[in-house]
Amino acid sequence: MTDHTASAPVSGAREITPGPIGRFLEATEIDTRMLGMIGALAVIWIGFHIASGGVFLTPRNLWNLSVQTASIAVMSTGMVLVIVTRNIDLSVGSVLGVIGMLMGVFQAEFLPGLIGFDHGATWLLALAFGILVGAAIGALHGYVIAYLGVPAFIVTLGGLLVWRGAAWWVTSGRTVAPMDSTFRLIGGGTEGSIGAAASWGVGLVTCAAIIVMLVNGRRQRRRFKFPLRPLWAEGVLGSIGCGFVLAAIWIANSYPWPKRIAARYAEAQGIEAPPEGLFISHGLAIPVLIAIAVGVVMTFIATRTRFGRYVFAIGGNPEAADLAGVNTKRVKMMIFMLMGVLCAIASAISTARLNAATNAQGTLDELFTIAAAVIGGTSLSGGVGTIAGAMLGALVMQSLQSGMVLMGLDTPLQTIVVGAVLVLAVWLDIVYRRKTA
Amino acid sequence: MSDTPLVEMRDMSIAFGGNHAVDNVSVDLFSGEVVALLGHNGAGKSTLIKILSGAYRRDAGEIYVDGELTHIDNPRDAKRYGIETIYQTLALADNVDAAANLFLGRELRTKWGTLDDVAMEAACREVMGRLNPNFQRFKDPVAALSGGQRQSVAIARAIHFNARILIMDEPTAALGPQETEQVADLIKKLKAEGIGIFLISHDIHDVFDLADRMSVMKNGRLVGTARTVDVTEDEVLGMIILGKCPPGAIPGPGALSEAA
Ligand SMILES: Nc1ncnc2c1ncn2[C@@H]1O[C@H](COP(=O)(O)OP(=O)(O)OP(=O)(O)O)[C@@H](O)[C@H]1O
Ligand SMILES: [Mg+2]
Repeated sequence: MTDHTASAPVSGAREITPGPIGRFLEATEIDTRMLGMIGALAVIWIGFHIASGGVFLTPRNLWNLSVQTASIAVMSTGMVLVIVTRNIDLSVGSVLGVIGMLMGVFQAEFLPGLIGFDHGATWLLALAFGILVGAAIGALHGYVIAYLGVPAFIVTLGGLLVWRGAAWWVTSGRTVAPMDSTFRLIGGGTEGSIGAAASWGVGLVTCAAIIVMLVNGRRQRRRFKFPLRPLWAEGVLGSIGCGFVLAAIWIANSYPWPKRIAARYAEAQGIEAPPEGLFISHGLAIPVLIAIAVGVVMTFIATRTRFGRYVFAIGGNPEAADLAGVNTKRVKMMIFMLMGVLCAIASAISTARLNAATNAQGTLDELFTIAAAVIGGTSLSGGVGTIAGAMLGALVMQSLQSGMVLMGLDTPLQTIVVGAVLVLAVWLDIVYRRKTA
Repeated sequence: MSDTPLVEMRDMSIAFGGNHAVDNVSVDLFSGEVVALLGHNGAGKSTLIKILSGAYRRDAGEIYVDGELTHIDNPRDAKRYGIETIYQTLALADNVDAAANLFLGRELRTKWGTLDDVAMEAACREVMGRLNPNFQRFKDPVAALSGGQRQSVAIARAIHFNARILIMDEPTAALGPQETEQVADLIKKLKAEGIGIFLISHDIHDVFDLADRMSVMKNGRLVGTARTVDVTEDEVLGMIILGKCPPGAIPGPGALSEAA
């Protein structure tokens, strides 16, 4: 980050007293790396907006982007913990595939015979079943890695093949459809969104949470007489956070239901539709809410719990963690279990969105998930990474992908660009770390 | 001082491949006593104490604490017996801060079960203030600290949890003269509190200043054990370099035989 100031300070003096931007960053304790990523995202978005003739930065496109990002974003949060402990999981795409097939068969073929068709509990049972399977698969991977000592690269490379084969095996390759009508809401769509009022509600609650967190953090620091942030910095942080949240909600609410569906809805509800058609907001999509909830929970786990602390300590120095009395094997196994559970949640989102389970589902998702985590600042040498960064990384990857689709680029060209961007992003990160270290 | 040793390691052996790093070594330690472990590089000192701290699993031998046979198979077991260790390599997680290292494996938690980082930082400021008053870098990952600062963190971790048995593997190797002096004072204070200390050091003056007894190892074997008052510095150097056991010491299996 360069901080050239308008007043053109005398060089030399610059190092001693930071410019206004430097002072601002110091006071607010904003992570410059995160700021860089948001900047990169802004460049990508504006670039595509111009290149696509003004269709990228529309409520409709951004809303779709958010839904498309959800599944990878969910898995990337777990990949952070995996990579932080110097492991890798190459199997997540295949695990997503096999769980999708199992959940599909479970709700479309097994449950109806048991509790009847379109039963109210079907979605919940299917989801719980998927999560159990995910945890079991993850536990198996984790056990072999942690207790039998087979490197994660090999175990999950094996998993990549095994679970893709297993996904085919479930129905001998037959696609399972359709999904339960409630289950389908997990995937988003017109019905799978919570509407304007509820979205504003979510926004206000989030803003309240941001303010409570800032106030609480300040009170804690005062209790132990630690240095406090200046009050204006707290104000700026709060305003930026709340501003972002409310802007996102406003965008989601600006995307109306398709005219036809809105008209049908108006008719069914007996509402008098105005001549230009009824404006019904989508609001936040359910998969996006799920991804955000997962992000919040995973951030909590990574930063506020013992387990999270151990994950990072193991990444920093596995031997030290062991000598300090951490049960490193158990922690590793739990990380892979968690990864399995997240695969199940991601699988529910993508199966519900497709309204079908296919054995090819999730192919290449492992690469997007790993790329999201790495672009988001997770270091492959271990010990460093954030959940929020990985989710932002997932958004960057999906923005590239969607933008290229919007511009009508051929699929082979898309993969070339995505691959090149991944390498470029990691190189930039290495340069950045060298500068700040 | 009672006559049951606080710790007794009896006939310890461990080999790495064909390398007998520790071969049939017996040492003991009473409470309120400092026993120095001496020997040239590669003599097996660190390996011996890593068996006691649970880092290595012995091939043979028994460990008694308060006269009772123990089962120390991993570092958690050792900590349960009140054995705390400052490793030669320090064994710090480089990517987290001093407080996180201090409490690693024993985190303070709030009433909701979450990490109480603020309380841990407060406790860390308090211990570090006693140990190394100049230390101010509480927010930085320990990778960013100097060798001496890192060593202070490792020492703080070992003394903060009411150890009964303290193992210090070259605790002052990276410290300046002032901090070394502070550690010497600390050792005397802990000794007065009745803690037993195994001290590994290459500084023979320090050893004569601090230790009550010393055990010398050579090539993985015990040359002998002596009370500090019964031997001279030259005799100890002879034990370390030649493996020659002076009259004031009790010879071990590794002593140069008189007949030769
Ligand atoms: N994990 C290990 N694997 C293989 N060999 C080892 C291992 N740890 C120690 N050794 C060997 O055991 C012998 C004793 O090493 P140790 O570290 O105990 O010596 P030391 O007395 O502590 O030496 P120093 O004064 O240099 O610290 C050496 O030959 C060393 O190479
Ligand atoms: Mg050593």
